[in-house]
Amino acid sequence: MSINPDLQGRSYPAAEVYDVGREKIREFAKAVKASNPAHFDVETARAMGHSDLVAPPTFAIIVAQRADAQLVEDPESGIDFSRVVHADQRFTHHRAIVAGDRLVAELHVDGVRAMGGGAMITTRSEIFALDGNDDREKVATTTSSILVRGEGQ
Amino acid sequence: MSPKFEELTVGQEIGTRSIEVTRQDLVKYAGASGDFNPIHWNEAFATSVELPGVIAHGMFTMGSAVQLVSDWAGDPAAVVDYQTRFTKPVLVADTTGTDEAGAVIDVTGVVGALDAEAGTVRIDLTVVAAGQKVLMKSQAVVKVS
Repeated sequence: MSINPDLQGRSYPAAEVYDVGREKIREFAKAVKASNPAHFDVETARAMGHSDLVAPPTFAIIVAQRADAQLVEDPESGIDFSRVVHADQRFTHHRAIVAGDRLVAELHVDGVRAMGGGAMITTRSEIFALDGNDDREKVATTTSSILVRGEGQ
Repeated sequence: MSPKFEELTVGQEIGTRSIEVTRQDLVKYAGASGDFNPIHWNEAFATSVELPGVIAHGMFTMGSAVQLVSDWAGDPAAVVDYQTRFTKPVLVADTTGTDEAGAVIDVTGVVGALDAEAGTVRIDLTVVAAGQKVLMKSQAVVKVS
């Protein structure tokens, strides 16, 4: 099955809320071998001026890849997940993600380009934090390109 | 000790780090990140999709490489932008049951650019495994005082 070229320009609205928990920040920090106390110790994080534990710089990938899953799992996309290779990634932080944040991500398919028998797909997630009134604050923008390898690639 | 803008010069090295990786680390990263693609934990599956073996998540490599920058900056929240291209996969050998690493990732950071107006410094990372650069254009922008 080949990649649907009509994906370009498609958007997926913010779906479920991702609640950023302290233990998830600690687990993720350990998984990327981070030892900065701002990820582990609430008092230290507060002394640095943060409201709670600070997420590592690539933590937003959890939220971004959940958003990407909407595209990958879209039966219309034609993407075979087992043939996906991550080509590039960028995180732009408008503010740090901290424990207690309620995040939502809006996914935009910015580019679809055929490459050999496969395709390069560029997506962008706009990640917002919701406040008590569900008003949105811009937190991070992530962009990612995935290469879906064709046969023999 | 946070870095001071006026004490930084382009080309200056901020440090190096060597990261040992095992298959177990990839399983932990899969769980922590939610990326359960079997190419990162199952040899038979990885080779069946024409990969040379189990490879690290690109995001594991990217995420662990930036710790050099987070620690240098003092506050991880100072990393306001971070990007990379994934050029070569990091093959992780199965060393389960031994003390051996399945792969070693070496990270070096140098000051790539200074922006006085924004108060930011760009750190360029060189990330090497098995003698090959596995990340390219790996750049972290850090706010400094």
